Amino acid sequence: MIKKALVIGGGVAGIQAALDIADGGYQVILVERTPSIGGHMAQYAEVFPTLDCPQCILTPKMVDVGQHPNITLLTYAELQRVSGEAGNFKVEILQKARKVDHTKCTGCGTCWQKCPAKVPSEYDAGISERTAIYIPFPQAVPAKPVIDTGHCRYIRYMEFIEGGEEGKKPPQCRICEQLCPVGAIDWEQEDQIVTEQVGAIVVATGFDLMPIERLPEYADDPDVIDGIQFERMLSPGGPTTGVVQRPSDKQIPREVVFVSCAGSRDPEHGVPHCSRVCCMYLAKQAMLYKHAVPDGQAHVFYIDTRTTGKGYEEFLQRTKDEGTVYLRGKVSRIFRDGDKLKVMGVDTLSGKQVEVSADMVVLGMAMLSSEGSKELAARLGIATNEQGFFTESHIKIDPLESTRPGIYLAGTAQGPKDIPDSVAQGSGAASKVLGLFAQSESTSEKMVVS
Amino acid sequence: MSYYPGCTLKTKALNFEASAIAAMAALGVNLVELPRWNCCGTVYSMAEDDLAHHIAPVRNLVRVSEQGSGKVVTLCSFCYNTLKRADLLMRNSPEKRDAINAFMDEEIDYQGDVEVVHLLEVLRDDLGWEEIAREVKVPLEGLKVVPYYGCTLTRPQEAAIDSVENPTVLQELLRVLGVTVLDFPLATECCGSFEIVSRPDSVTERAYAILGMALRKGAEAIVVSCPLCAHNLGQQQPKIAEKYGNFPGIPIIYFTQLLALAVGISPELCRFDLNFGEVEALLEKKGLLPQCERSGVGE
Amino acid sequence: MDMRLQISPGMLRSEFVSKITELSGQDINLCYQCGKCSAGCPMSFVMDLLPNQIIHSVQLGLTEDVIRSRTPWLCASCLVCTVRCPKGIDIASVMEAVRQISLRKSEDFIDLAGLERGTLAELPAIALVSGFRKLTG
Repeated sequence: MIKKALVIGGGVAGIQAALDIADGGYQVILVERTPSIGGHMAQYAEVFPTLDCPQCILTPKMVDVGQHPNITLLTYAELQRVSGEAGNFKVEILQKARKVDHTKCTGCGTCWQKCPAKVPSEYDAGISERTAIYIPFPQAVPAKPVIDTGHCRYIRYMEFIEGGEEGKKPPQCRICEQLCPVGAIDWEQEDQIVTEQVGAIVVATGFDLMPIERLPEYADDPDVIDGIQFERMLSPGGPTTGVVQRPSDKQIPREVVFVSCAGSRDPEHGVPHCSRVCCMYLAKQAMLYKHAVPDGQAHVFYIDTRTTGKGYEEFLQRTKDEGTVYLRGKVSRIFRDGDKLKVMGVDTLSGKQVEVSADMVVLGMAMLSSEGSKELAARLGIATNEQGFFTESHIKIDPLESTRPGIYLAGTAQGPKDIPDSVAQGSGAASKVLGLFAQSESTSEKMVVS
Repeated sequence: MSYYPGCTLKTKALNFEASAIAAMAALGVNLVELPRWNCCGTVYSMAEDDLAHHIAPVRNLVRVSEQGSGKVVTLCSFCYNTLKRADLLMRNSPEKRDAINAFMDEEIDYQGDVEVVHLLEVLRDDLGWEEIAREVKVPLEGLKVVPYYGCTLTRPQEAAIDSVENPTVLQELLRVLGVTVLDFPLATECCGSFEIVSRPDSVTERAYAILGMALRKGAEAIVVSCPLCAHNLGQQQPKIAEKYGNFPGIPIIYFTQLLALAVGISPELCRFDLNFGEVEALLEKKGLLPQCERSGVGE
Repeated sequence: MDMRLQISPGMLRSEFVSKITELSGQDINLCYQCGKCSAGCPMSFVMDLLPNQIIHSVQLGLTEDVIRSRTPWLCASCLVCTVRCPKGIDIASVMEAVRQISLRKSEDFIDLAGLERGTLAELPAIALVSGFRKLTG
């Protein structure tokens, strides 16, 4: 029995699992495919139902991960291969080339402040830009950058020269290298395979939001945005410093429509499942919009309001009390008419077709399994459902076990869920790992005794 | 190429047919009218047990089969939809196919071997925009229009000639002809269709919504592919003006008329006199009508 | 309209419900009343029951409400409801089924003899044939 665990995915569920296993006294390798841990939770403005800011409650956990003596953090890394069995898995992890020597880098930030190459920011869901050498967000862990080789000017230049291409040479750049006070830029750094042996694996790879383009009736328009984009807009540390403004002209929207079940519960055009969090986060966003624009009007189109968590129904009531109008029905179409977005909806309770002239529309897009989940499942030898969410050993009584012994599930990788449930599952999966490790201890003790 | 005209192209929409035949001839495609064609039924029968109403469209498909051409093109969107869906039914429901074939025992059995296409598909898929662009003699520059598909070209999904929600084929064609195409979110919204017979007031409202947005977008004409859309959007305009006042009106043009004009067919052959609205005056204003030789070109 | 409803298993399993299912070929139990059909319907502004209410009334076996509604007769079969229904219900076919049930009892929605000559002359053949096909038996 190798008493070392691998946690795949550095969102809140993976962070919790890693911390609990590490606190239990065992070594953990936490693998995260982006340059920082934090996951989607780090993108949110304030979280329901307490309106805590995630920076206040998540950042300390992220820092703990970065500093924990029992945790080896591998960001910008992906699991490639798994062999063996519970108690003794051999795993191969691809450490993608950062082109930055993190043993030298101090995270001073000169490079990413001066890099001239601009790329849509993943962290800001495309509503702002980052540079090619970057940390995803200020609280990133580790707070040291990577070079996005697909967008770095110097790497483009090198590819151009080596490829013997015709035409105008791209600029050579290398500004980051010239400005780095410790010489941490390392153009020679290549992808590496890290081989490890672990006794247990926790899969906590999270979710992706369905792209808006999958619902063409909801308009290809800059003022139709998804829930995460609106979170970034509401966030005091976000690209608009918390000022709500519609993307097309930066005006403050006076009327905003929120659309629930955008792609969820829609087996014909989206996914059959309920995404479980949209009712609550749209209620929260409508509330926060009202706080930001007190004379503005928020309308929420909903089919059912699913507020099953502790304090959730009370929270929804507060949103309504503060002036948000709830209209029971789905929106059929959104299109631009001059300065406004025409939202064609229905209120099935009054039996009326409803048309709203809105300034901005926020779509509560469906939660999908994280990109590459099915491929990861194949590598791990575990099952997923049709949507790519990992399958539990038993949905009722073994919800944390995957279909393979020694591999456990946590967070939205298993199915849509909110933050408290994700954290609970992270801890739950950790307890399963600790149990496995402890069990073998008692077994070995018995063996010694006998 | 086998061509199925349908009822209205031989009566109120002569302009649609004449312009299409002339334009396609100029593009090297001979539209040959299907012999002994009958009414397609205009609307596809949706009741599961109502096989009798599929006989009319299927009989037309039998006519095409007999021709051996394997493909039939329509201009009218309604005819396209009815024939296409009848063909899909015959291909996909063996029991219904057998029952319908048995009922038409004087005809050869139809096996679902005919491809039903709309003229826009022929232009896009068989000729291609580049080839059409080469044949454009009179680029229709300066003319601002909105495209209007109506219901039957893009719904249901299985009969759609293009994307259900955001079709582009008409815009693509019009741009090739030099026309300025404006964004039109109501391009696939229904005009009220056959409700014109029983509830003309509701069609007035539909037409007002569609035409109103076209005017707000700055369109000088609406380009259509369906004689019923053309009728509803055209003939309701006096009623809209009467009811709402201050309604400037907007001409309705078949896409084939603009195609014909662009490939050098004489305006007389396009029969703009049958359109709703002052189409000739609009084209004249834009300098798109040949100044001399007002007749003879293309004849 | 009587706003009281006394529901009974007989209504839910009535011949009307099975007839609609049979004629439309649609499983109306798939409907979860999201209302997207009504939200996008171009004719709902003149209807007395929205399309989603027709579907729900069929689910409940409210035969009279459905048969007496003018909604199915105002449906222009444009199929916007059908292509956007999250559950893949062909709502337009349900409307057709309701019309068929009336039409097969010789209850036409339009009175052919009552149409004025001028109107008949003005309307194109495509309007007349489709209108008569949909609205008369």
